[in-house]
Amino acid sequence: MLDATEGYTTADGRKIGGVVMDMRNITLRFGGVEAIKDISFDIREGEIRAIIGPNGAGKSSMLNVISGFYVPQEGEVWFRGEKRPQMKPYQVAQQGIARTFQNIALFEGMSVLDNVMTGRLTQMKAPLWAQAIWKGKAEREEVENREICEKVIDFLEIQSIRKTPVARLPYGLKKRVELARALASEPKLLLLDEPMAGMNVEEKEDMSRFILDVNDEFGTTIALIEHDMGVVMDLSDRVVVMDYGKKIGDGTPDEVRANQDVIDAYLGVSHD
Amino acid sequence: MPDTLIFGMEVFLNGLMAGVLYALVALGFVLIYKASGIFNYAQGVMALFAALTLVGIMEGQVPFSHLINAIFGTEVHHFGWHVPALLAILFTMVVMVVLAWAVQRLIFRHLVNQEPIILFMATIGLAYFMEGFGDIMWGADIKKLDVGLPQGINLAIDEATFGLFGYGFFIDNLDLWATGIAVLLVIVLVAFSQYTKQGRAMRAVADDHQAALSVGISLNFIWIMVWSVAGFVALVAGIMWGTKSGVQFSLSLIALKALPVLMLGGFTSIPGAIVGGLIIGVGEKLFEFCFGSGQCFGGIINLGGATENWFAYVLALVFLVFRPQGLFGEKIIERV
Ligand SMILES: Nc1ncnc2c1ncn2[C@@H]1O[C@H](COP(=O)(O)OP(=O)(O)O)[C@@H](O)[C@H]1O
Ligand SMILES: [Mg+2]
Repeated sequence: MLDATEGYTTADGRKIGGVVMDMRNITLRFGGVEAIKDISFDIREGEIRAIIGPNGAGKSSMLNVISGFYVPQEGEVWFRGEKRPQMKPYQVAQQGIARTFQNIALFEGMSVLDNVMTGRLTQMKAPLWAQAIWKGKAEREEVENREICEKVIDFLEIQSIRKTPVARLPYGLKKRVELARALASEPKLLLLDEPMAGMNVEEKEDMSRFILDVNDEFGTTIALIEHDMGVVMDLSDRVVVMDYGKKIGDGTPDEVRANQDVIDAYLGVSHD
Repeated sequence: MPDTLIFGMEVFLNGLMAGVLYALVALGFVLIYKASGIFNYAQGVMALFAALTLVGIMEGQVPFSHLINAIFGTEVHHFGWHVPALLAILFTMVVMVVLAWAVQRLIFRHLVNQEPIILFMATIGLAYFMEGFGDIMWGADIKKLDVGLPQGINLAIDEATFGLFGYGFFIDNLDLWATGIAVLLVIVLVAFSQYTKQGRAMRAVADDHQAALSVGISLNFIWIMVWSVAGFVALVAGIMWGTKSGVQFSLSLIALKALPVLMLGGFTSIPGAIVGGLIIGVGEKLFEFCFGSGQCFGGIINLGGATENWFAYVLALVFLVFRPQGLFGEKIIERV
């Protein structure tokens, strides 16, 4: 077991830091359904942490708890060494936790650039009157924010569609724009709910590369959900495996792959 | 130029300016509908309430004086001061913001994720409550409102048109000012929504609630803001209407004209609200001129007047049949 503050070094030589997000004994119920059953796990600074499991296992629910969209009945969320009081999703976002959605939630009526710019809203501090006369701080802020957004857009190779209304984009590109918007806020923790779902092989490879590059280039801590075992194993440093709301495995990809419970869950043995 | 055409032009211009008021009320509807999906039946009453409050503050009226006098047997009516128009408008705006906060805090906060019809019913309740509340607070008598806007015939236009056509148009100064102020208001609103952080957040909320939350926008804050902006638009409409025909409770009924305006313009389109308002304004004046009082085409059709009462609704009905999404709305395609 690792110490909370002590880091580790990955197989490919990246330094991982202490615990950023610590989920302690989380239980989440919807009426009679227990979507999450007493699960604990942590996410460390700079790592790519995956949550996997079959459909309906409770993965999205877990991400929703982290991002404040769902409130667990039991358990504690510790962020950067402090116990988090109950928060609204927008407050969680303001703390530096950005996310994407399994079913894509973009501003369909806006252009790609405008969508990405909304990622900067929490960072904009100039008061309304200053924006009204458009001077000094407000202007500087606008320029800075735009630069950051353009950088993200370049990074994710979507320059050519900057001005395109999002509604006109194909599914794969929408997913990328959603990632861009999340990145624009320069998050301390990035949550991705099935970033590769519904994509073709080529798009999946692109997305995997982007996720790795984001982590590498900006040192962003990433927690992602994936359905497909294969993709996850290549991408992540540590994996949590969920099944029917329970945690059935937690460790490096190799450890998880060797775990009998995990193998059973994925082969459907335990469900018969 | 034939007389009918010249008279028609005057009617057209006057219709345009009547339309500005419809457009303003419709604008208030659209703002709230876009941001929260609430069809705010109370928008017209908000204009009435704003105008009542403005007069009350300007005249130094003691709020709830009837109630106070009835309970304590006192005889208070006025503070005995007059507040300058601009300052009173500012105070009224503060009242409208408080109202926006209260509406959100006491009503809609408890109705999150409810069916649109339930939200609509809540606004009907709100409308009747505000009408009664305004009555108790400021009294039910018709009040004169004068914030210093010039009124009466515009002589320059009168002379210019007399020189051109040998007939001077009667255009009211107040209508000209109302139009100018409305144009300014729309420009400010557009600039606000395009270039400020709060405006962008407002557009984001109008587009997708979940996405807005995920980028750190408080829906609650934006909704209070939108109701405040709608309150401001209502105040402007209330000032114009009140100046023109006195602040009276029939104002909230006239506001129902915004309904056909919205059917024309579409419920989610700001340009639609404006154009729709102008079309209804011009349409009903021209229709009355031509067919209501039979002054066109040699008077072949003469409906004997009062067409202004129903013209807008019939036009809206026609639109509902042929273009249910309105002028600017996206085409509705049934998914099967
Ligand atoms: N908002 C909700 N209301 C009711 N039940 C929900 C809700 N969200 C998720 N669930 C239930 O929780 C369980 C886990 O769902 P989810 O977290 O979406 O799984 P996964 O993302 O692993 O496929 C499912 O049984 C699902 O029906
Ligand atoms: Mg899911």
